[in-house]
Amino acid sequence: MSDQPLQPSDRVRSVPESGIRRFFELAAEMDDVVSLGVGEPDFATPYRAREAAIDSLQRGRTSYTANKGMTELRERIAEHVSRYDLAYDPDEEIIVTAGASEAIDAAFRALVDPGDTVAIAEPSYVSYEPGVRFAGGEPLAVETRAEDEFVLTRERLERAGASEAELLVYCYPNNPTGATMSKAELRAVAAFCREHDIAVLADEIYAALTYGTEHASIATLPGMRERTVVFNGFSKTYAMTGLRLGYALAPAHVIESINRIHQYTMLSAPTTAQHAAIEALDSCASDVEEMHTQYDRRRNFVLARLAEMGIDCFEATGAFYVFPESPWPDASEFAEALLEAEQVAVVPGDAFGTGGEGHLRLSYATGMDDLRTAMDRLERFLA
Amino acid sequence: MDARDTVLDLLRENARRSTADLARMTGLDEQTVEETISTLEAEGVVAGYTAVVDPAALDEEPIRAHVECNVALDRETSYDDIAERLAGFPEVASLRLMSGDYDFALEVTADSMGEVSRFVSEKVAPLPEITQTVTHYVMETYKRASHRFDTDEGDERLAYSP
Repeated sequence: MSDQPLQPSDRVRSVPESGIRRFFELAAEMDDVVSLGVGEPDFATPYRAREAAIDSLQRGRTSYTANKGMTELRERIAEHVSRYDLAYDPDEEIIVTAGASEAIDAAFRALVDPGDTVAIAEPSYVSYEPGVRFAGGEPLAVETRAEDEFVLTRERLERAGASEAELLVYCYPNNPTGATMSKAELRAVAAFCREHDIAVLADEIYAALTYGTEHASIATLPGMRERTVVFNGFSKTYAMTGLRLGYALAPAHVIESINRIHQYTMLSAPTTAQHAAIEALDSCASDVEEMHTQYDRRRNFVLARLAEMGIDCFEATGAFYVFPESPWPDASEFAEALLEAEQVAVVPGDAFGTGGEGHLRLSYATGMDDLRTAMDRLERFLA
Repeated sequence: MDARDTVLDLLRENARRSTADLARMTGLDEQTVEETISTLEAEGVVAGYTAVVDPAALDEEPIRAHVECNVALDRETSYDDIAERLAGFPEVASLRLMSGDYDFALEVTADSMGEVSRFVSEKVAPLPEITQTVTHYVMETYKRASHRFDTDEGDERLAYSP
């Protein structure tokens, strides 16, 4: 008999702790940290959306909703995504979840059989690989490179052996690189997926945050709608991370499968957040525009300062990240030294998988004053 | 937004940024930023720069009053004429012509309530066109020029998140 009766499962043990945990503990000991390490907006949720949440609470609207989310919300989501030429039936092809994270996790579990290979475009958001493992699948890293501006290409897919994969998951606009993919670039990926009968999980959570370029969804390309699940949500666009609300768009039978898991694990997404989201879609377009304007200015500022310091950085056109080369070959070492000497928090790129090594993720979801301080300190550190 | 609107927008947000930072934020070159600001100033679009001060944070809090004025016009006197006379007083911090129940809204500042009262009764009310004044003293200022006062808006986010 084991002396510890509650043993973690093999599944859990197969997934290491997050790479940024160590930095988090270091920073917690320090005062006056200026953080460019944050993966969420610095803005508060638009006021009208917060008011709507409060109003719903005061009216006592605190029961479960339909499993797939409130009808009024799904109808508005259908209307909202039409701006990306995406057409989904609110009754059968949309499910509202507790953040896009829940939708992605449920989609892995709904679509991955034990031993299935899931190709992951990396560097990427940190949840895909653990999600695939929890679902019993085999993750396969598909590296994207700085020389391609971190875009996913047919060549990279082939080189990684992704033709054997059952599923491909990616995130564009990308966390951590800030890369976006044009329709033409997506066409090459779509052709590869059709040829090798690969389904696509397209995480488009940053779709509203592109600069000087339009977001394109792979699901709009010929023959792709039936093999794609699109994920989006309210966290980034409407600065609603803590309210936990996202959604998936897919053909009816896929939504039905995702819902099979969702109805037993989550039952329904947070009701208060759904009320906030309805208001966000109805009346917060100008707030989104204002946040977008601010992000774009900060992006320009950070790229200009990095260039002045002689730090190599491709011009990221999406999300709220830039992904410069680390001034030292070992990005982790650099990030740690920068934190200790100047109390500036940045995340080493290898925390986001292959292709990230030798780079740093700088988030500009931080006010201009802090951004300037961080850049001044970085400059001083390099001097 | 063109360069002019962008620069104006940034100045309204924070007029103390360096032209170098404004250039970095907009992608314009520094000279264009400087020229744009000069033009905005020369044309009177930008009439001045000022600090947004939280009155409650001062050692001696100035007294502010919102004064409503009704006026009677005649053939020789227009709103502009009356405004011209009122605006000249240094105690008048802002002056607006309003629609609705009264004509002019004045924001009057002075060091004491007595000073405000004397100013209204001795300088404003006696003007021949002014038929009525109503003075409201400001009790607390929570927000001014888009700035919130006395709020704790610290960043509660985790220093690192994926």
